[in-house]
Amino acid sequence: MTQLPSWAEWLVSSLIIIGALFALVGSIGLARLPDFMARLHAPTKSTTLGVGGVILGSIVYFSVSSTFSFHELLITIFLFLTAPISAHLLAKAGLHLELRRVENTRDLRSQPRQYSDEDD
Amino acid sequence: MLTFAVQFAFVIFCIALLLNLWRLFRGPDLPDRILALDTIYINSLALLALFGIWHSTPFYFEAALLIAMLGFIGTVAAAKFLLRGDIIE
Amino acid sequence: MLNKILPAPFLSLFLLVFWLLLQNTISAGLLILGVILAILIPLYTNRGRDFPATIYRPFKVVEYFVLLLIDILISNLNIAAIILMPSRKIKPALIEFPLDIVGEVPITVLASTISLTPGTITAEIRRDGRALLIHALNVHDPDKLIQSIKQRYEMRLKEIFKC
Repeated sequence: MTQLPSWAEWLVSSLIIIGALFALVGSIGLARLPDFMARLHAPTKSTTLGVGGVILGSIVYFSVSSTFSFHELLITIFLFLTAPISAHLLAKAGLHLELRRVENTRDLRSQPRQYSDEDD
Repeated sequence: MLTFAVQFAFVIFCIALLLNLWRLFRGPDLPDRILALDTIYINSLALLALFGIWHSTPFYFEAALLIAMLGFIGTVAAAKFLLRGDIIE
Repeated sequence: MLNKILPAPFLSLFLLVFWLLLQNTISAGLLILGVILAILIPLYTNRGRDFPATIYRPFKVVEYFVLLLIDILISNLNIAAIILMPSRKIKPALIEFPLDIVGEVPITVLASTISLTPGTITAEIRRDGRALLIHALNVHDPDKLIQSIKQRYEMRLKEIFKC
């Protein structure tokens, strides 16, 4: 690694560590939340922010150590665009398969059939 | 300082990947496994970015971008398969 | 005339920025090639885009994006607190969110926003397209959640897209 000025070193270190902690929290949520729909919440977001933190750290690192570098931002943009889509598809699959939900889940749908994906 | 931070982040991401692996093996249902795979690719993306910082080269960026695209397509294809029993209709 | 060359100005701008970010340097040659690509790709794909949307207030978009980023940060902390809570007493709910906005693009943006802010995920859209099904991780008062989403995001989207 290149030696950075001390302010940049602190900034990069804190961004990386914050990102890593968010990713860890997301993975803990994936491991310990009780049902599938709840588990879906943890990784799709915390990891997005976790990767975002690491990527921001990498942007600062490369911008300070060599030339101005911004292209890591593409990964963050890409993740921000795709995370809702994969979450939506997985939620759809979970609802479609009618997975077990924790018993205190309240179902406030007025007409559940209106959401089913069957072509009937 | 930075050396320590990057090493610490390596350890944290490895723990996160192990937790994801546990969920991948344990299931209990197919969507859980797909979700675990999804999280694994996102975490390994961050690991690659960290590797780029560690070796101070920008070349890992392309690999990370490729993993992001392929992982997303894989998740979508697997979820679609669960929904319809078919990927391309 | 300008409309013919640039059918989607924001898409062109996005493509140009994307191209420059991918190359990671700015030089005259790359800029010219990027401008050519940014003009040609929307023209070539114009027939495939059957979901027209016009952004009436470009500055509101920036405001919306900043608001979204701040909200993501704050509610990520909330989610972290819920996950690390020692007890497993969470109160999930499947909530019906009645839509006031119309059009494919605004609804897609709203659904993505709801999915991105932690604690809520858009799971389905009702068959008639007038309501979203939201799964909330820990909610005590569903009506309050619906009201806050309406005020924070839907009103702003209504202003941006005028729908």
